[in-house]
Amino acid sequence: MVRVRRSTVLDAPIDAVWRILRDFNGHDRWHPAVDRSTLDGGRRTDQIGAVRNFALTSGERVREVLLARSDREHRLCYAIVDSDLALQDYVAELSLKPVTDGDRTFWSWKSRFRAPPGKEGALARLVAEGVYEAGFEGLRNLLGRSPEPEPPRPAVTGTIAGEAMIIDRHGGPEELHPASIEVPPPGPGQVRIRQTAIGVNFIDVYCRIGHFDLLTPPGAPGMEAAGVVIDVGTDVRHLTVGQRVAYACPPVGAYATVRTLAAALVVPLPDGIDDKTAAAGLLKGMTAEFLLHRVHLLKRGEIALIHAPAGGVGRLLCQWAAHLGGRVIGATTSEAKARVARAAGAWDVILPAELSLEEQVMALTRGHGADVIFDAVGRDTFGHSVAALATCGHLVSFGQASGDIGLYDIGSLASKSATISRPNFAHYTDTPEKVAAITGHLFDVLDRRILDVEIGQRFALRDAAAAHRALEGRRTIGSTILIPEAAAGGGG
Amino acid sequence: MTDAYASSVIGAPADRVWQRIRDFNGLPSWHPAIAESRIESGAPADQIGCVRAFRLRDDGVIREKLLGLSDYDFSVTYSILESPMGVTNYVATLKLTPITDGDRSFAEWSAEFDCPPEREAELVAQIGDGVFQAGFDALKREFG
Repeated sequence: MVRVRRSTVLDAPIDAVWRILRDFNGHDRWHPAVDRSTLDGGRRTDQIGAVRNFALTSGERVREVLLARSDREHRLCYAIVDSDLALQDYVAELSLKPVTDGDRTFWSWKSRFRAPPGKEGALARLVAEGVYEAGFEGLRNLLGRSPEPEPPRPAVTGTIAGEAMIIDRHGGPEELHPASIEVPPPGPGQVRIRQTAIGVNFIDVYCRIGHFDLLTPPGAPGMEAAGVVIDVGTDVRHLTVGQRVAYACPPVGAYATVRTLAAALVVPLPDGIDDKTAAAGLLKGMTAEFLLHRVHLLKRGEIALIHAPAGGVGRLLCQWAAHLGGRVIGATTSEAKARVARAAGAWDVILPAELSLEEQVMALTRGHGADVIFDAVGRDTFGHSVAALATCGHLVSFGQASGDIGLYDIGSLASKSATISRPNFAHYTDTPEKVAAITGHLFDVLDRRILDVEIGQRFALRDAAAAHRALEGRRTIGSTILIPEAAAGGGG
Repeated sequence: MTDAYASSVIGAPADRVWQRIRDFNGLPSWHPAIAESRIESGAPADQIGCVRAFRLRDDGVIREKLLGLSDYDFSVTYSILESPMGVTNYVATLKLTPITDGDRSFAEWSAEFDCPPEREAELVAQIGDGVFQAGFDALKREFG
């Protein structure tokens, strides 16, 4: 039996290293000897038994099975299933430990295997140097070599000309029109971003109509976008020029090609999450995060009724709630949307029928009702949602796509001891610490493919009005994004 | 049960650093907090079960029992029998792992213990920084 062991120390915190290494199928992103890796048989990258199938740059094919993985111990074990190399019974273990003295990471990589007689030495060298040491070097390159000498910041230039979709007064989609803008250089604590993808959310419609006082005309709506940092003001520590970033928060104004805003609101994007996915999923994903973990702590076995389960937030709510062990019921309007909801993890879907929503929910749950209801439809559904609640149920009303709910008689809730929450995104995301906690959790589940963001519609930034019409007409599935023209040309 | 953990990189091969730390009676020769040490009942310092009694520079006395010593794993495990710190069920391990990339070693020092909840943060800091990291700092001064 041949044994090989190699170890090194990386100048990066353990979480940053583990985020990359834990993706069993992601080694083609950092290992210089791995050409391209795919997972066999539709398993997920974090599933024990997943088989990664890859070619080495030298041409040989290798298939390896994930035997064990621990996020707590920062450890992966895997074995070769078959390969063109003469390694037999090869079992490897990769593990990380924190170096608390300096916030670095100790990385150990070891294996044992059998080799044909006379080939032991050559194969041991191949594994030790060609695989392990080359891998250390590859990851070191990906992490960026030297954080110590900070590169001099490029001088902040003057204003940059850009284009935005603005409104001059509150009103219908037709109020959105293109306008030239002058984007100022970043001041202290600010960054300037060239945007590559912009998310469209129902809150943009509320801003356009004037339902929320977030947008005072003239100005551009939009709460969410991704792009590249083009310059950085003083006192900004966590972002650098050229970094891929995203944000999802007020102040509004995301419908623009270039934007200057507070760096504290902007999060760096992990390599595994592309710009369009971030623009399509950040606000909705952050919403799903705080709805399921902060507004209502969803427990295993709870019955969760989710309105509009095929929409941007609704679909993510279905996936995440199902992952948490909730019994998810979707309530939607068409068979096409019902299929989306079922694929996202809904255990059952309710469509408009002879029976009312509450009658259908009670029938499905044998009279129990829904323990929690996520309702952003508003006027058309609110009363039915209250009626569909279980005793001591919790109605989370987080939007009013169909119109204002109006006044509601709170005394009627006593018949069920019901709780109603009306959370506001802004209050859950108004400090950098809150944003970091929510996005950290979100990026992790995106990375683990627990959530996937579906981009159902793309429009050019100039066609923002058409995007709003589609959203208000309930004709969208998944997320809707706007692409600024320059970014669309470049394939961004 | 509370944990304290510290780890560091010492600039010498693990077998050289191990020569320094394997002597259960040798703390005063490298750890800055320890003034003097003796093994009770005249037992050899590498006999499992032996008890070291040492005096701290600030005059406290600690008695610790050797639970495990491995020249193969470069690791030593011990428990506290008596100390002024106010911890119970204290078991600690100091372990070296070679870093093949350069002649260095990865040093880990961890402890598990029980204490009143309100003293947890203070003790974790005192043990992690004042004992473990202070020891690593001394080893780094010696070995680079």
